[in-house]
Amino acid sequence: MTDETLPDPDSEPYWQGAAAGELRYQRCGACKTAIFYPRALCTNCGAPDPDWSVSDGQGTVYAVSVVHRPPPSFSGQAPYAVVLVDLDEGFRMMSRIVDAAPDTVAVGDRVRVIFRDDPDGRPTPYFTPA
Amino acid sequence: MIEGNIVSLKRACAIAGVAESRLGVVPDSTVLTLQAEALVAALADAGLEKSDVDGLLVSGAWGRLPGLQIAEYLGIQPSYADSTMVGGASFEFHLGHAAAAIQAGLCRVAVILYGSTQRSRADKYIFQIRNDLGYQYEAPYGLPTPVGSYALAASRHFAQYGTTSEQLADLAVSTRNWAALNPKALRREPLTRDDVLNSGPIATPLNKLDCCLFTDGGGAVVVVSPDIAKTLKKPPVWLLGQGESVSHAQISEMPDLTVTPAAKSGARAFEMAGVTHRDLDVVEIYDSFTITVLLTLESLGFCAPGTGGEFIANGRTGPGGEFPLNTNGGGLSYCHPGQYGIFLIIEAVRQLRGECDERQVANAALALISGTGGVLSSNSTCILGVE
Ligand SMILES: [Zn+2]
Repeated sequence: MTDETLPDPDSEPYWQGAAAGELRYQRCGACKTAIFYPRALCTNCGAPDPDWSVSDGQGTVYAVSVVHRPPPSFSGQAPYAVVLVDLDEGFRMMSRIVDAAPDTVAVGDRVRVIFRDDPDGRPTPYFTPA
Repeated sequence: MIEGNIVSLKRACAIAGVAESRLGVVPDSTVLTLQAEALVAALADAGLEKSDVDGLLVSGAWGRLPGLQIAEYLGIQPSYADSTMVGGASFEFHLGHAAAAIQAGLCRVAVILYGSTQRSRADKYIFQIRNDLGYQYEAPYGLPTPVGSYALAASRHFAQYGTTSEQLADLAVSTRNWAALNPKALRREPLTRDDVLNSGPIATPLNKLDCCLFTDGGGAVVVVSPDIAKTLKKPPVWLLGQGESVSHAQISEMPDLTVTPAAKSGARAFEMAGVTHRDLDVVEIYDSFTITVLLTLESLGFCAPGTGGEFIANGRTGPGGEFPLNTNGGGLSYCHPGQYGIFLIIEAVRQLRGECDERQVANAALALISGTGGVLSSNSTCILGVE
């Protein structure tokens, strides 16, 4: 799914971070809310230009689904576990579990970030059991 | 927050006509022909002419500018137009918007329209996988949309409250039992709990028969001012309350996967109508997936958080059960042409008019409909009554 529109002005620091092995997120300078995905303003108080930070990459599985019928561009990869992870810094993101059997992952499990290339060859954050 | 009183839409408008187009698999049609069919039938149901229509509310992800294309095709030049597109709930939003416009005197006869040929023409109207803007943070992980998003919500509810696949399956069975009583339903053959559980995983914990149908179809709803309503041949169905809420676009941005925007929109609808849950005779809730219904029931306050599984289990929502729900067979067994919400209105109106034959809920006088769009992203809830 190579897309020539990426990265965009909001996401460029994020994807640059991924290429450098860093999970970057934003934090509002005014109200200190952690913000993900990256934006031009704080989703809580509306202050412009949130600051960039680097996450420790440690989090807890908030929700998990093992995909058995994937979208066409992911055919042949199933089953795999897609997760929502609550990072310890206070933001949530979607990812996928790697280096573990998909049906062993449960809500509440501790996980940590690990960077792999996505199907387009772009360094991307995945998660693995901590 | 700037607080202020909300203007009530109670009795601001009435529904005077409803109709489906052909449903199911309709290869000899387009989105335009299906909407024309539904419009003609709904106007006949209302006893009004096309020339009476001065408001048009449409949604759809087909074409370049659906709101213009359908008006042109039908030969309607509305003086009030609304193309609000918030997924399958759009039509409940439209009903509130039509009420507000009629109350303000901006139009008198508004038509809400929908049509889709997603099944027969292989157009992927909605939910295309995208990899730009906000979607670039979900797209790399291969979540099938929308089912995977609803599966994540189900997984959270299961883990947080002990909800089970058996409970979700029971809802699918009850809904199928309603479909068996509806000649227009696509799937009417008997279904068991085990059939649902063994239908194959799509994205855990959701199985194939936890998911709605994939059909063609269209519908139309004619909404009129109170003065016009009183002149028509059929008894009017009044809008008594309406609320709407938008929460997020992507599932990773949903604040709490067990609470949908129905919590906000439902509270407003109940307050506006001045009724309680116990007053309702029939309830129609968007069932894109079984879990959608469970979460919506809890968010609307029909049962406490975490108890939705018990609420829907063991045939309670089916024919003869104590909580008549999705009496046409729902998106799960009747039809689901991409955006299902218009069919919630159509069924509620027919129940309130006593036009439902075998599946008629006795003495139905007060109905609640709740549409959910996107991935638990948007909700509008409406309360309708004959009094
Ligand atoms: Zn802020």
